[in-house]
This record gives sequence, structure tokens and C-alpha cells, in this order.
Amino acid sequence: MSTIPITPEVADEPWVLPDKGTVGMACLIVAESAIFLIFVVAYIFYMGQSLGGPTPQQVLELPIFTTICLLSSSLTLHWGVAALRKSKVGAFTAWLAATFTLGTIFIVGTGMEWHHLIYVDGLTIRTNLFGTTFYSLVGLHATHVIVGLAMLLVALVAALTGHVKQEHAHRMDVLSLYWHFVDAVWIVVFTVVYVLGR
Amino acid sequence: MADFVTSLPSLEAIDATPAQKPRRLMTEILYDWVTTVDHKKIGLMYIGSALLFLVAGGIEALIMRIQLAVPHNTFVSPEVFNRMFTMHGTTMVFFMGMPILFGFGNYLIPLMIGARDMAFPRLNAFSFWVSLLGGLLLYYSFIGGSGLYGAGTAPDVGWFAYAPLTAKAFSPGHSTDYWTISILLSGIGSIGTALNIVATIISMRCPGMKLSRMPLLPWLYLVLSNMVFITVSPLTAAQIMLMFDRYLGSHFFDTQAGGSAVLWIHFFWIFGHPEVYILVMPAFAFMNEIIPVFSRKAIFGYPAMVAASVGIGFVSMSVWAHHMFTVGMGAGANVFFVLSSMVVAIPTGIKIFNWLATIWGGKVRFATPMMFSVGFLFQFLIAGLTGVMLAAAPFDWQLHNSYFVVAHFHYVLVGGILFAFFAAFYYWYPKVTGRMMNERLGKWHFWLMVIGFHMTFDFMHIPGILGMPRRVYTYEPRPGWEALNLIVSIGALFQAIAILLFVINLIRSNYKGDIAGNDPWDAWTLEWSVTSPPPVYNFATTPVVYSRRPLWDIKHPEDPDWNYE
Repeated sequence: MSTIPITPEVADEPWVLPDKGTVGMACLIVAESAIFLIFVVAYIFYMGQSLGGPTPQQVLELPIFTTICLLSSSLTLHWGVAALRKSKVGAFTAWLAATFTLGTIFIVGTGMEWHHLIYVDGLTIRTNLFGTTFYSLVGLHATHVIVGLAMLLVALVAALTGHVKQEHAHRMDVLSLYWHFVDAVWIVVFTVVYVLGR
Repeated sequence: MADFVTSLPSLEAIDATPAQKPRRLMTEILYDWVTTVDHKKIGLMYIGSALLFLVAGGIEALIMRIQLAVPHNTFVSPEVFNRMFTMHGTTMVFFMGMPILFGFGNYLIPLMIGARDMAFPRLNAFSFWVSLLGGLLLYYSFIGGSGLYGAGTAPDVGWFAYAPLTAKAFSPGHSTDYWTISILLSGIGSIGTALNIVATIISMRCPGMKLSRMPLLPWLYLVLSNMVFITVSPLTAAQIMLMFDRYLGSHFFDTQAGGSAVLWIHFFWIFGHPEVYILVMPAFAFMNEIIPVFSRKAIFGYPAMVAASVGIGFVSMSVWAHHMFTVGMGAGANVFFVLSSMVVAIPTGIKIFNWLATIWGGKVRFATPMMFSVGFLFQFLIAGLTGVMLAAAPFDWQLHNSYFVVAHFHYVLVGGILFAFFAAFYYWYPKVTGRMMNERLGKWHFWLMVIGFHMTFDFMHIPGILGMPRRVYTYEPRPGWEALNLIVSIGALFQAIAILLFVINLIRSNYKGDIAGNDPWDAWTLEWSVTSPPPVYNFATTPVVYSRRPLWDIKHPEDPDWNYE
């Protein structure tokens, strides 16, 4: 029994499995997608069902500028990770800073929009079904942007203090996967809330 | 290391010297358990906490059965009865079912796929503790549910908590909030562990273990974990909405402001029905491991088993509204959900036939794990048949929310899933502790459980057909109802005694059981190649596998499995 049995003649193919960080993030994205899906379904289900105003037509404006900022931040992060893969740490840091700035502009824009809605238009989460679904869906997305910004900030601080090297590129891949997901969700939210819902 | 990584762990490679550990303080041991990130310890903590909640939920069930044993009983008040069925359902699904399945998964998956640990050990510990916190919060509601000024109260809105009963106006106090937040936390823990299981299975299999060579237990956990992402997340979203409604005054389920109560029903059952399949998948997984070993045959139809599991996973996503035939969805939706629900019977039937074919012609050993497995096969089949009956909308209109439904799903949960978990306990206990569980006590446990189970849940169908609704705290002395309810309650007592014997066996065997050795059942999967209990590092050298039954290949080098796969 102690002898190892003859093994079948197999070509010694290298045993490579997918990166666990990528798989884990993919799983998280599936789960998060399901959460967003429920909020989007609730939004669509309650479209035009509010018993009183204000309505989306009266108060919502297309957030074109912040949308462009958020979507382009995906590109800058992509270029950043590509630079890191080629060991260009300086370029990576610059692209990362750009990504963080663009994301921050988006979240500040959302904050200003909410401030206007609450104090000028008098729309809160209690006002009507539109307020309920709008703040929870956009707020859920904004929460994800803030979490992403926090992680980008950690990476940025690490990069600025010289702790990021080429071998960390696959970790940045995992982070950028999350960031692309947040951007993709915004396309859905934008379409549902600002295009179909108006 | 690369030179060693070429074969199964040979016996020399296993560090068999029993580490003579110095006696340690209780606090040190406790510190070890609280801070551990080892998948085996976390798995055991999951199972231990689940057993505690099983006892709590069981006591709640007994209280209900005492109350219903005779008509016009006043053992508990209607308010307490409402709390009992709410807490019983919530506890058993979220704090017994989910933790125990993740416990077994945590313990077994890395050992079965030849890995050192789970993919994300710290996430693993986090998921366990956050789930446990959820369970403790749920039970804290007994003390804090009305705030500190008044007597305690537990949630009483039912385990599916239909709106608008959960609105602040109808459920004042904090008991519903404890219910919401405990389920929210349990959901976060479930998603975390499911993510961990998928990443472990996809990324950490030992060399040679292609997906087509992986044991069926990891396969089923892979399917159920993917289901967790798609089904537990909607519940999490719905609980967030409910919290917004109760705390921020939003109107998701507020019918006064145009909100929809039906939307909650949809959201809940989008979670609720696939959840049943999440709970039953581990039972399938245990059958897939236990039945072949005790029939001395390889599993029949491995690819069909995998395909059927994936099929159940997909179909189960589209059956939720068979809980809603009485809501009034219209003929089109009803027909769709009738058909999709009945389709589930096909992959499930494939599984039953494959297990039967595995047993067929085998040299069957009726040790306790196999007895519970055979019990599972019969009872799960009957549970499935009443399921097909209830999937027919007109039949459901008649029996919706009656004791027939309660009997049906307890047939699945107790007769199917709990029996399978008992089989798994008897089967893997020697691996975990190094000692066998007592066979004699095990047989007593099995037979008392069978008798009690059938007394309770066979006879529970009939009051349902006679028109007894679920969740009534008492009833009129009508012909037939009295005797049947009394039999049902006596059966519950038998089950309680059986489970008491099981707990005694669990504890006693840890000290007095026969020494098990590495491989007491002469089994074929990798976990039996390491010592019992397994060393912290699992495998001294990374195993390499060439077939679905690596230990068979070691034991029978003249006739290895890879010749046939």
C-alpha cells in the first residue's frame, strides 16, 4: 500500500486554474447584479405610480457631464492597469489619480443633484414612490461608487508611497473589474431613471 | 517542493506522530477558536451553532405541537403562538439550514479537492461570525423586541413576513427590525461563504482534478453557491427596502401611498423557493458520497448527475410564483409556473433513479449512514410527489396555506434534508473526531426518528385535506381533527427523543467511540487519505489525481479507475 501506483501515462500539461481573486470578484458581481436588479425592477414597477408630485419630468435633469466623467474613469483605470503590467509605475499612478478624480467628480455631482432635489424641489425618500425608488436606486449605486473610491484611494496611497510594483497588476485587475461593474450599472441606472423614467 | 508534487500522499508523507500538546488554559483554547481562519474549525463552528439553533427551533416546534395536541388548548396565548411559528421558521431556514450546509461544505470541500484551505480564509471567518451575529440578534429580540421598557417579544409576522403586516403601523416596536436585520446579516454571511466556495472549487483543485473528475459533493456545492448569489441577494435587497420603509418612511410596501404588497411576495419567493433547492443540494451531495461507498459501487451516471444538478439549479429560478396561485396572477402566469414547477420533477427523478441504480446489484452494508440514506430516498420521493400535486394550480387553490402544505415541505426538510444530514453526521464523524459514532445508539436514533417522523408528517396531510389552515393557534373539536392532531403531536415527541439520543451519541462517541483510523468505511475520496482528525495543513504533499476515485486507484493499482473513465 505504501508504494505509489503507476500513474497513467499523461502528457505533463501545466496545471493552471483561474485566479481566485478574479473568480471571487466575478461572484460578487453576480450577487450585486441581483441586488441591483431587484431595485431596478422596483423602480420600473413603480414608474408613474406616485400618488403625488413632484414627478421625474418636473425635477430630473440629465446628468450628462458626471456620466461622461464616470464612464471615462473606466478607460483611465484600464490604461492605468495596462501601464502597470508593463511596469510603468509612474504612468499607472497618474492614471489612477485621474480615475479617482473623475469618480470624485461623479459623486460630488450626485451630491449636488440630491441637495437641489431635497432643498429646492422638496423631494425626499418620504415624499412619494418616485422619491422612494429614486433615492434608493441611485443611492445604492452611489454607495458602490464610494466603496470603489475608497479602494482606489488605498491603491493610490500605496502607489504614491512606492509600494505598487508590476507583480501587483493582477490585484489591480480585480479592483478594476469592480470599477467597470459600477460603471456598467450606471449605464443601466441612467437609462432607467433618466431616459425611460422621464 | 516541485519534485514531491507528483503523486497522492503516500503513507510515509503523513505526519502520524500524535502531537502531545501541553495542557492549555480554557481561555487559550477559546482564543484559538475565536480567531481561527482554518476551514475545519470554522466548519465545525458553523455546525455547532447550527445544532444549537436546531435545538432552539425544535423547542419552538414542540411548544406549537403541545398547543395543538388537543382542541381549545390554552398552553400558550395566540400572541406567543405567532412568535413561535415565526421564530421556528426563521431559525430553521436561516440559522440552522444555511449554517449547517456551509459548515459541511467548509469542512469537506478543501479536503475533497486536495486543497490547503478555502480561497479566502479571513472572509470565511467573517462570514461565519456575521451569520452567528444575525442568529444572536434574532434571539435577542425575546429580550429587546419591545425596547428595554417593556416585556420582551419576538417577531410575530411569520417567516415570510407579508406586507403590509410588517409596516410600522401594524408591527410597532423593534421585533420586526430584529427579524429584518438578522436575515440581512445572515444573507451577507451566506453570500460571502458561497463566493468563497466557488473560488475554492474553481481555483484550488489539486493537479489532475478536472471538473469532470471532481467528486459530486463539490459539484453540488458549486451549483448551490451560484444559486445563493442569484437568490439570497434579492432577499437582501428586499430587506433593505423594508428597513427603509420602517426607518426612513419610504413607501416600497406601503399600500397607503401606492406601494404594492404583492411586490414583497414576489421578492420574498424569488428568494424563498430556490432557497429550498439550496437546502436540498447538500442532501443530494451527501447521498452521492454515501450511497456508492455503502453499495461498494461507483456512482451510476456521474455526468447525468452533474447535468441534473445544474438543471435543477436553472429551473428552480423560475418556479417561485407557485407560492402565489391564490394571489390572482392570471391564467397565463399560473400556467407558466405550474409547468416550470412540474419540470423540476424530471432532473430530480433522474437523481433518484441514479441512486437506485447505484444500489442495484451492489454489496449493500446497512450501517447507520446507509440506513438514513435509504430513509432519505423513500421520504424524499414522497415529498416530491406531494410537491407535484401542489404544483397543479387548481389543487393548490384548494389546499393553499393548509396543513397539507406544511406536511409537504416538512417532508422535504425533515424527511429529506434532515435525514441526509444525519447520514452525513454518522459518515464523516470518524473523520472529524477520529472516533466512530455508536452504531447501537445510531440504530435507535434512526428507528425512533422514522417512527416519529411518519407519525407527525404522514398524519399531518389529512387535517390539511380536511381544511385545517396553518398558523391557527387552536381549533374546534371537529370529527377527525382531534385524533389526528394528537398523533401528530406524539410523533413530535418521538422525534425529540431521537434527536436527544443523537446529541448524546455525538458527545459520548467523542470520548468513548472506537478508534476510527484514516478510512473506516473503505471509501474513495481524498478526505479519507489523511489522518482522522486531519492535520491543520490537510495534505503533507499536494495530491495528484487521475480518476474520480483516487483512493480506489491506490488500493487497486491493478485495476485503476482511469481505465474506465
